[in-house]
Amino acid sequence: MAPPPRRLLLVLLGFLAAASLATLAAAVYEDQVGLADWHQKYIGKVKQAVYHTQKSGRRRVVVLTEENVIASLDLRSGDIFWRHVIEKNNPIDQLSLSAGKYVVTLSSGGSILRAWNLPDGQMIWETNIHTSTSSKSLLHVLSNSKVVKDNLVLVLAGQWIYAVSSIDGVISWGKEFTLDGLEIKQVVQSPDNDIVYVVGIAGSSKLAVYQLNAKTGEIVKDAQESLPDGLCGEILLGSSNVLVALDETRSALFIVDFKGESISYNKVQISEFVQDFSGTVKLLPLMSNGIIALQSSSTVSLLKLKGMDGLEVIHSFDQPASVSDALTITEKDEAFAVVQHVGSQIEFIVKVTSDLTNEIIREKVDIDQHRGSVQKVFLNNYVRTDKSHGFRALVVMEDHSILLIQQGAVVWSREDGLASIVDVMTSELPVEKDGVSVADVEHNLFEWLKGHVLKLKGTLMLASVDELAAIQALRVRSSEKNKMTRDHNGFRKLLIVLTKAGKVIALHTGDGRIIWSNLLPSLRASKSGEMPSALRIYQWQVPHHRVIRENPTILVVGRSGASSVAPGVLCILDSYSGEELNSQSFDHSVAQIIPLTLKDSSEQRLHLIVDSNSNAHLYPRSPDALNSFINEMSNQYFYSVDIQKNAIRGYSLQKSCDFNSDDTYCFSTKLLWSIIFPSDAERISVSEARKMNEVVHTQAKIIADQDVMYKYLSKNLIFVATVSPKAAGEIGSAAPEEASLMAYLIDAVSGRILHRVTHHGAQGPVHAVVSENWVVYHYFNLRAHRFEIAVIEIYDQSRADNKDVLKLILGKHNLSAPMTSYSRPEVMVKSQSYFFTHSVKAMAVTQTAKGITSKQLLIGTTGDQVLALDKRFLDPRRSLNPTQQEKEEGIIPLTDSLPIIPQSYVTHSLQVEALRGIVSIPAKLESTTLVFTYGVDLFYTRLAPSRTYDSLTDEFSYALLLITIVALVAALFVTWIWSEKKELRDKWRHIAPQ
Amino acid sequence: MAARRRSLLMLPPLLLLLSHFLSLAAAFQSDELLLHDDDEFEGTRASSTPSLRPPSTPPVVSSRRRSADATQAAGASESNTVQFTLEHDLGAGLGFGPAGSFSARLKSSAHGSQTLTKLRFTRNELTEDEKNAFKKLLEEDSFYTIRLPSNVLDPTRNDYIYSSIKARCIPRDSLDEHIVIHMDGVNILAVNYGSVGGCQYPRPMEVPSKWTFNSYTILKTADQAPRTPSFVEQLIETESGLGEVMKPPEKSFWAKYWMYIIPLGLIVMNAVTAAANIPEEQAGGQGQAPAQRAPIAAPRRR
Repeated sequence: MAPPPRRLLLVLLGFLAAASLATLAAAVYEDQVGLADWHQKYIGKVKQAVYHTQKSGRRRVVVLTEENVIASLDLRSGDIFWRHVIEKNNPIDQLSLSAGKYVVTLSSGGSILRAWNLPDGQMIWETNIHTSTSSKSLLHVLSNSKVVKDNLVLVLAGQWIYAVSSIDGVISWGKEFTLDGLEIKQVVQSPDNDIVYVVGIAGSSKLAVYQLNAKTGEIVKDAQESLPDGLCGEILLGSSNVLVALDETRSALFIVDFKGESISYNKVQISEFVQDFSGTVKLLPLMSNGIIALQSSSTVSLLKLKGMDGLEVIHSFDQPASVSDALTITEKDEAFAVVQHVGSQIEFIVKVTSDLTNEIIREKVDIDQHRGSVQKVFLNNYVRTDKSHGFRALVVMEDHSILLIQQGAVVWSREDGLASIVDVMTSELPVEKDGVSVADVEHNLFEWLKGHVLKLKGTLMLASVDELAAIQALRVRSSEKNKMTRDHNGFRKLLIVLTKAGKVIALHTGDGRIIWSNLLPSLRASKSGEMPSALRIYQWQVPHHRVIRENPTILVVGRSGASSVAPGVLCILDSYSGEELNSQSFDHSVAQIIPLTLKDSSEQRLHLIVDSNSNAHLYPRSPDALNSFINEMSNQYFYSVDIQKNAIRGYSLQKSCDFNSDDTYCFSTKLLWSIIFPSDAERISVSEARKMNEVVHTQAKIIADQDVMYKYLSKNLIFVATVSPKAAGEIGSAAPEEASLMAYLIDAVSGRILHRVTHHGAQGPVHAVVSENWVVYHYFNLRAHRFEIAVIEIYDQSRADNKDVLKLILGKHNLSAPMTSYSRPEVMVKSQSYFFTHSVKAMAVTQTAKGITSKQLLIGTTGDQVLALDKRFLDPRRSLNPTQQEKEEGIIPLTDSLPIIPQSYVTHSLQVEALRGIVSIPAKLESTTLVFTYGVDLFYTRLAPSRTYDSLTDEFSYALLLITIVALVAALFVTWIWSEKKELRDKWRHIAPQ
Repeated sequence: MAARRRSLLMLPPLLLLLSHFLSLAAAFQSDELLLHDDDEFEGTRASSTPSLRPPSTPPVVSSRRRSADATQAAGASESNTVQFTLEHDLGAGLGFGPAGSFSARLKSSAHGSQTLTKLRFTRNELTEDEKNAFKKLLEEDSFYTIRLPSNVLDPTRNDYIYSSIKARCIPRDSLDEHIVIHMDGVNILAVNYGSVGGCQYPRPMEVPSKWTFNSYTILKTADQAPRTPSFVEQLIETESGLGEVMKPPEKSFWAKYWMYIIPLGLIVMNAVTAAANIPEEQAGGQGQAPAQRAPIAAPRRR
């Protein structure tokens, strides 16, 4: 590292002094909201949807999603009316409507039942139900019961059944069935009397049917029957008195009559009536009237019950296809929808159960190719203007987006895959080209004319609604911040996000619109039903020098299965268009991905992928890449954090793999060091390292008395926090004496513990951020009953002698000596902790282009907001009464808690629901950083931690500046003329007397 | 007399020099001590007589030490010695072999937690094979790896703590090693193995003149984090004593009213000079007018 020039130190000092004068909080004014920031609301992948009844007159749908969100959507536009994001530790299993005005949800394994007001989403009541744990729960709303006044809701979990009034949430009765190991699978309501049939399975083969009085919960009758070969647990109601159950091997069906005196059954092999039946079979929760749906790996079949004798296939659809639940349209008739893929379109078919050969609707709908296959369909009917039945359906696609289909068109769609972002990176936009081809000009001229005609129409109030929208779109496109080219300040970028569904989406930072999206084929579910998982996204090629004409590319790494040993997959995409350029599946698993700083001749970044056998594989697989890697191999180290074994291990690389010595791109690893935490005393809670792309401007820090402290700047610094096993649980589960938190600073190359400190009476969850030479971590202090944020700053003592100017001049310093991790570092550590009001969901630090701007911590609070806290508040050198010199340096007097200034919320009044991550991206302008926050919602803004000192603000009055200059020039002229005149007059006067 | 005085005068510097030399010598002896920031260490050089400790058998602590330990153990309620071996890997596929042994006193505290004190380390003599293997390591610039059991009391658990260094970092005149053992009770958390001084880069190939290890060992345990300062009491104090607001120090009369005094003074002075001028003007008013004109007129004529 180069010696820090004295001049720079002076600049830094000046800058620090200036920064101390600036106010600490930089907030936006009310009218500035939305100028540089945007906020998008999402709900996640829909797993259940219920429509408002016809009578309510509101066209809304209530949905439950995999992100644990209940939301009410407008059926006309897809907008969110209301939305509740429930904590992940309270998962909602089921959703239902009751009495036409309540949404009833069952959560936490059937133990919490809640009712929400349908129009505005307010919670009406909540009831806690005692159930046996870890059982699948069921929610059943008793429909139009004439006898029972209260609309009862039945909750079934394990051996328990409860009836809860939907008006006030009072449990009217509860019953536990005595049969051992009983699990309730199905509830059937008898249409004519108050009898409720409860069907359950005990053990693997015993079927039990109870008849209960819905009013009192009394058992009227019960019957049990052992079925041969066992049951797998899937039971459906075939018709009003016949159950269909799948056997244990999933190759045969039991048809069970349960309403008679005793249970009678018949076993049918599926292969008897379904041709080319293969793979595992699932019963789709469908309909009655003797129709059931059966899903195998290649087809979805509709079957009709022929009494007790067997089944026949009426229709079968090729996969991927999806069948909706039955929807009662008349007293006797039920309709259902099937959606299947036909070429690039999807086909929407609606049938009635009474007459399966007839199709009410068969429509072909064009959809975006990057949505994958259909996953779920929710059917709804409405009355057309001609009083006939119309149907629409909510279709959930593979990329987690939802579409509303009506009259053969997609009415609206929501890109809800963005609620489950896995990883984020940015890409620069293309450079604005100077030379434009003739064709472009002609095209542009036409466009330009058209645009102007449109605008003219708009101003003359002649434009139609569509044209107005077009004008708006034009304005948006042409506005400075939304251009598709690189800007001087580096504010315009592409945010490329990878979602859980394996879709890569590029968002424009100007307004958050989607530029392109691509559902990666290699990350889509295979026929065998294995769900690949998307892992990370990296820069693959950033064009420079020789390959400047090429587009930058990105690398997406995933696994072809859910388990950690599943073979990996790799895709390379063009970051301007989203096109997949290359995809590859590995023959090894992916445990760790290490992007290297090396590049090959075509500017492709080298990546090492470590598999679960600790072998490292080099990508890209080109001889060129291999050459440049081999040269640097002896200086490559990596580490792994094994949370299960409570250990951290460091490795170096060696030539050739153990198992496959022919593969020159594969390297074996050698264990260099290990740190094993005793499992009875410590458990790894968090490990953090510095961001690879972080830029540090100064190596030294000048303190008040003109002294210099050298920062210990090592890219290999890792922070690890461990907690005592008892304190690993929730806050309050451990006593202060049992709880402790250990913080470690470790050098990742040599495994050296640089600093180790214990916080007694502290416990997790720990959140940490490492930057430059400091670590900030957040935890809970059990003794003080408060959250704390602690800071550790680490300084290099071995360079401390370099303060002498004479030595610097004579070159007798070690500032330019190469650093090696094998030397024993002499470090000095300063630390301090402060109380903090909030618990934290995520923590990050601002990154700027050159690292000159002072840093702010970005703290995602429990309120799903992002707070920007100046790093100066977290300075370990704060003291109670700082001296004048220290004050000049910018040291704030010591307080026991960190201030939360309302104006320093980056998200101002908005909330980023279920906040998961904060990413800070440097802009080209040194003072500014771009902040992207994601959870279920997305939020993006620009942030200037020390104000925009390197550019004029938007409010700057250029007119005033111009007027001042003009006035000054004018004044100059006037005074010049005056002085000339005066001089002339004086001359005349002198001549005159003679 | 004079000569004697001179010799007497010579004496103090001599004494000074002598004392200085002595202190230097003392400082030289304590140099090794100053290297380390922890006091619980003891380095012993490997004995140069290989017959005493054949490398195959685990080394035994000398009887003198043991007796001392025993007497101390008798004195203290609960303390006994534990031993654990350091193993090393010299590459070439040899695997790990014993390299030395640690012995320490186990101290039980009232809370039932156990800690190690008085750590001693004895290195085994390197055999010829080992020397050759080490030379090969030096030539290849590869790693010298050591390991310790993760639990001192229960070495059968098969968990080892590893640490490595490039072999070329170790040799000086002899082989200098510096071992920092991070402990948590009786568990070894991590061991940091390194050279005594720095390790320069690029690493030159250097063969030691003496094939003996100079070992320095340090035991380290976790530091306590400083407690978060709490100002609640102070806040209450200031709130209760709200009446006694600290008065700013009394300013002097001049400091308070200078802005009034100076203009007043100026006015007064002005008035005085004006009053003095009036009679003067009346006296020589006529004579002054041409005199004033003269200097201005002078340049005009030029």
